[in-house]
Amino acid sequence: MREVENNQETVLDIRDLIVKYRTTESVVHAVNGINLKVSKGETVGLVGETGAGKTTTARSIMRILQTPPADLCGGEILFHGEDILKKTEAQMRKIRGKQIAMIFQDPMTALNPIEKVGLQIAEAVKLHEKVSQSAAIEKACDMLELVGIPMERYIEYPHQFSGGMKQRVVIAMALACSPELLIADEPTTALDVTIQAQVLQMMQELKNKLGTSVIMITHDLGIVAKSCQSVAVVYAGEIVEYGTAEHIFEHTAHPYTVGLFDSLPQLDSTEKRLKPIKGLMPDPTNLPEGCKFCDRCPEASEECNTQPPEAREITPGHIVKCHHREVSE
Amino acid sequence: MPALLEVRNLKKYFKNPAGTLHAVDDISFDLDSGRTLGVVGESGCGKTTLGRTILHLIDPTSGEMKFDGRNISAPTNKELIRLREEMRIIFQDPYSSLNPRMSVSTAIMEPLQIQGKLSKAEIIEETRSLMDIVGIARRFENAYPHELDGGRRQRVGVARALSLRPKFIVCDEPVSALDVSIQAQIINLMLDLQEERGLAYLFVTHDLSVVKYISDDIMVMYLGNMVEKAPSDELFKSPLHPYTKALLSAIPVPNLRDQTERIIMQGELTSPVNPKPGCRFMARCQYASEECAEPQVLEEHAPDHFVACCKYKALENN
Amino acid sequence: MKEKKQNEVWKRLKRKKIAVVAMFILLALFLMAIFAPLLAPYGYEEADLSRGLEKSSREHLLGTDRLGRDTLSRLIYGSRQSLQIGIIALTSATLLGVFVGSIAGYYGGFVDNAIMRFLDLFNGIPMFLLTVTLAAVLGPSLRNAIIAIAIAMWPGSARLMRASILSVREMEYIEAAKSNNANVWRIILRHIVPNAIAPVLVSYTMGMGMSVLQGASLSFIGLGVQPPIPEWGAMISDARSLMRSQPQLAIYPGILVMVTVLAFNMLGDGLRDALDPRLKD
Repeated sequence: MREVENNQETVLDIRDLIVKYRTTESVVHAVNGINLKVSKGETVGLVGETGAGKTTTARSIMRILQTPPADLCGGEILFHGEDILKKTEAQMRKIRGKQIAMIFQDPMTALNPIEKVGLQIAEAVKLHEKVSQSAAIEKACDMLELVGIPMERYIEYPHQFSGGMKQRVVIAMALACSPELLIADEPTTALDVTIQAQVLQMMQELKNKLGTSVIMITHDLGIVAKSCQSVAVVYAGEIVEYGTAEHIFEHTAHPYTVGLFDSLPQLDSTEKRLKPIKGLMPDPTNLPEGCKFCDRCPEASEECNTQPPEAREITPGHIVKCHHREVSE
Repeated sequence: MPALLEVRNLKKYFKNPAGTLHAVDDISFDLDSGRTLGVVGESGCGKTTLGRTILHLIDPTSGEMKFDGRNISAPTNKELIRLREEMRIIFQDPYSSLNPRMSVSTAIMEPLQIQGKLSKAEIIEETRSLMDIVGIARRFENAYPHELDGGRRQRVGVARALSLRPKFIVCDEPVSALDVSIQAQIINLMLDLQEERGLAYLFVTHDLSVVKYISDDIMVMYLGNMVEKAPSDELFKSPLHPYTKALLSAIPVPNLRDQTERIIMQGELTSPVNPKPGCRFMARCQYASEECAEPQVLEEHAPDHFVACCKYKALENN
Repeated sequence: MKEKKQNEVWKRLKRKKIAVVAMFILLALFLMAIFAPLLAPYGYEEADLSRGLEKSSREHLLGTDRLGRDTLSRLIYGSRQSLQIGIIALTSATLLGVFVGSIAGYYGGFVDNAIMRFLDLFNGIPMFLLTVTLAAVLGPSLRNAIIAIAIAMWPGSARLMRASILSVREMEYIEAAKSNNANVWRIILRHIVPNAIAPVLVSYTMGMGMSVLQGASLSFIGLGVQPPIPEWGAMISDARSLMRSQPQLAIYPGILVMVTVLAFNMLGDGLRDALDPRLKD
């Protein structure tokens, strides 16, 4: 889409990404033409509900989708100008972990249960940097301290850590090779709110210290408000609204985003009833022809039923896919 | 008039090799018809066990409970059957709380079949009307859970809970597994039902914005203890216990203006195995001092506002 | 409603080519057993000592044995005994196993512990040794072979059922059923068993090959079906001494045993994939 105000160097540029899952019976249209730019040092929030295509997008960037059934059938993902989708698996292995790292919702899937956590981090370091064992271990200890775990716990096993601590270890491992881009897929969803606050704050501090760009995948608008500069709202495999956090939170434009905010129970509201979005997300094997949101949209018109809306920049840096939003001069 | 549900000094301890786990430790409260008591706390604080214990899905270790004027602390089998018709439960996970080999209508009608008061035709009719009430289209009657989305499954769970016309429902995180737009639909449904039927809810959740919205009163639990209980608005306006304060400030607020400084709590939740007599929050509390090692007394700070912290007055004046 | 679920499994099973092939083979074997008197050109006892050990000819498609009995006819009649031993033994073993396993899994605690320790006793003895010992003690006959095999095989299905029930028992819908006032039997029969039975069903199919093989083995060492009644294992045993000069006499029944075992295993494999909800698309 568009570059953010400060003309910082673009790290990642996704152009018209299309991903489908093919099974013998049907085709799931998971990602339908996503455009997204991530600048250096920026945190971009990817917000949306289950099945919107957030995780598929993230996995496409890492090239860890199982193909088949997944089929990356269109678009490009430019990382420093080079298309990731054209890289060989051997080239990808050098990028993964070293330049682009990912953390998952469940920290246990990323940790080996029978290996000391310190060694796991050191292993990750050695995989990408030509350093001696002792240097790698030293680095691992530094990383643990950085995420707020005392160095002495280096020799402990994952099961000796609590959920929040495990997620810290995973973050330490992801950041050990100072990647330029960190993809965080619901990193705090499995954690309690007080622990979530700790982990989010730590991620914020680390990001500022290391200058990492982050794609923060979440369904929680509260987390986005806390930690993202730019926000992309994803619905049925499309980015329906994109802009700075201010655009999204203060000048909400797309009816879906408006609906999302209205569905949330506000802490300071005295309303007796919530205002949910009616209906359900469309079946990804059978998407509507026009606007994907039109069935649930209070403003839908004839045009919305038949004509898919174009992405339009209604104010500089604020892009919306909706027929009913005019470009303001 | 006595409350619909009275719970006094309820305790549930689990014995395990490491010692005795105090999952629910000395909890007391009243709940009236048509009211909602929210129970909040982090994982492992005993909130789920509390709900299960009231329903006798788990037997309490000790404590008194009265429901609708009857003593239900140690019900006989017959009393238990009647109790479970009047007290129902909605589960957290709409995926694992429905038998994958039972269709929607079978799942909803099972309580009616077991009760055996209605004829077959009446049961079918009642099932259909329940489906209408919770908003599941008739065409899903013979569908299996895996063919439904999370929201519809949870509606089935609600219908199943309603089928015996209960007076009280334990709602165990009924919306945490759902997306926000669907979550709002289910919450509205539950509020409508409460209004129409005068249901009492015990609403267990970790989501503080949801609990504020749905509850009349809120109880905050920490490692099996009730640390604070107050009317919903008051709790959010003037929390007294340091844990409540930290918990409230940790909620990520979905707007840019209100990003107040958070109280970032140190350390993590431990588990309440063989707890010491003092305040269980002590280890993580920035205000902790020697007196916190003494047993904490629940004080009524204002009408209906209870707090179990020996330092709350001193903190309030700061 | 029920049909729908079964249809789905059936649909997925049909997509597995190997499973379909296996089903055809098994169907053919069963038809052979049922219609043996119609299919077999001679009776299994019809001996013509003057025409012993003949190679295949027009009259005797697969030749004759030492006593001049038609090999093809004996193979066809033999399928009756072999399949019968396999099916009856394994079915009774599985039923017993499911029953005991359900009780152990549902009640847990002391009951579970007692049952499991008892099953552990079986673990200490190699299965075939146990079968042979039992068959020898009971005396050689078809019925006793079945009993011996069933006793040796039931602990397996009991263990499997117990493990499967343990995982289902923790599901929230069991708690939901309890809060619906469902009694123990309703919970076991309507909520637990239907959700726990799939692995047992798969192991039943897979075990069938094993069971047939055990029956054949017992007969081979003379503890199963007694002559002159034909049985594949017994036929191989008969042919032992003629292995060098007339190998086909051992090879034909050997192939049948192998094909039967293989077909049951392939069907079991396909069934496992079809029943696994994770493979749902």
